Amino acid sequence: MTETHHVTLTVNGVPRAAQVPARRLLSDFLRHDLGLTGTHVGCEHGVCGACTVLIDGRPVRSCLLFAVSVDGASVTTVEGCCEPDGSLGPVQQAFWDCHGLQCGFCTPGFVTTITAFLEENPEPTESDAREAIAGNLCRCTGYQNIVTSVLRAADLRRGVRA
Amino acid sequence: MKPSPFVYHRPTTLEESLEVLAEVGADGKVLAGGQSLVPLMSMRLATPAHLVDINHVDGLDRIETDDGGVRVGATSRHAAVERDPAAFAAVPLLRQALVHVAHPTIRNRGTTVGSLAHADPSGEMTAVLAMLGGTVTLASRGNERTVDAADFFLGPLESAVRPDEVAVEAFFPAPEGRTGSAWVEVSRRHGDYAVCGVGALVSLDDDLHVTAAGVGLISVGPTPVVVDVTEALAGQAHDTADVVAAGALVRAAVDPEADIHATAEYRRHLAGTLTERALQDAASAAAAHDGRGDA
Repeated sequence: MTETHHVTLTVNGVPRAAQVPARRLLSDFLRHDLGLTGTHVGCEHGVCGACTVLIDGRPVRSCLLFAVSVDGASVTTVEGCCEPDGSLGPVQQAFWDCHGLQCGFCTPGFVTTITAFLEENPEPTESDAREAIAGNLCRCTGYQNIVTSVLRAADLRRGVRA
Repeated sequence: MKPSPFVYHRPTTLEESLEVLAEVGADGKVLAGGQSLVPLMSMRLATPAHLVDINHVDGLDRIETDDGGVRVGATSRHAAVERDPAAFAAVPLLRQALVHVAHPTIRNRGTTVGSLAHADPSGEMTAVLAMLGGTVTLASRGNERTVDAADFFLGPLESAVRPDEVAVEAFFPAPEGRTGSAWVEVSRRHGDYAVCGVGALVSLDDDLHVTAAGVGLISVGPTPVVVDVTEALAGQAHDTADVVAAGALVRAAVDPEADIHATAEYRRHLAGTLTERALQDAASAAAAHDGRGDA
């Protein structure tokens, strides 16, 4: 009975399409229809930030968007936060270096959020870093190392090797 | 935690949007940023049979500023309003309050007009519109009306928007004369719902004495509360004005309710204390004459 819609997105630079009902959330579109399970679904009502992806470079909650509503958009998921050769991107590398992840469930949302944040603010203070991640929850409560990871990622992006 | 099925409409003109809304009546709901509507749908607290997605309607995302104030279109994101230099110059209170609206990620998608239409009593924009004496323009098929803020907020999550209407624009008037503004709030974490939030506007004469002062409060009633505190401050120097007396006026004027986050008494206390701080910041901003305060 349910009408479906043909939705095309450019995901991490690659055109992807699927036929989905209007109520399909972008988070489920990415995971179920496109098989991109890097985007994690936590609270499903916009509180936890685990499902954060970038639309046209800006972080948004994919669980608060209908895929059909962003038809045609350019989406970056955690899978797209790596280097072109597939090696870890600066934010991913910083999380590795600084033990910024524990169970890893919240990590995709942090990586996307921090990637966009550093584009706008390449030299953050610790206070900026805390503010930048305030909308993401880590239930392991590993925030200290995540803040350190933000600062480390900023260094890596600037080519500082320590 | 999944929304129930609905029929999706993707109009590209306002006329088409209004046509659909007129046809589907109370079964329809307008989708703008969706940062309040989609969670309600996922929790099945809202189950509209038709969604009218206005994100693809041309011209609704404008932000226009002139000497009179700032006009914000239906699909302008909070983040766009927050970053707009002309809007900040004309009505600094907009950015001062917007930085307290949820988190940047939510502000990237959520719309200012949508948050007015949603009429959450803890929504910062409701009080900003009310204390500035702004308006919301509502369009329906073949009709348009402009509603004053005082008549727009009817109750918790209830605004004057009818099922066949789209809130197409909000107007935030620029304060007149030498006026400073400020926004302060207390929440459990930055970006969470305010336990109490207070905006202040203070106008000074050429000798830096107060000529008018008012505050707008959120999370202390079913709708935003505006209190004129001019009587407590008029004629007093900007830096020694009796903001404690103004705080007392506000404590007497509000009738907050208790919930899981705070007792009614604590909210009343915050209303008074935050009023004092906001008035001080707004008076300093007016004296500096950039109107911006410390936000």
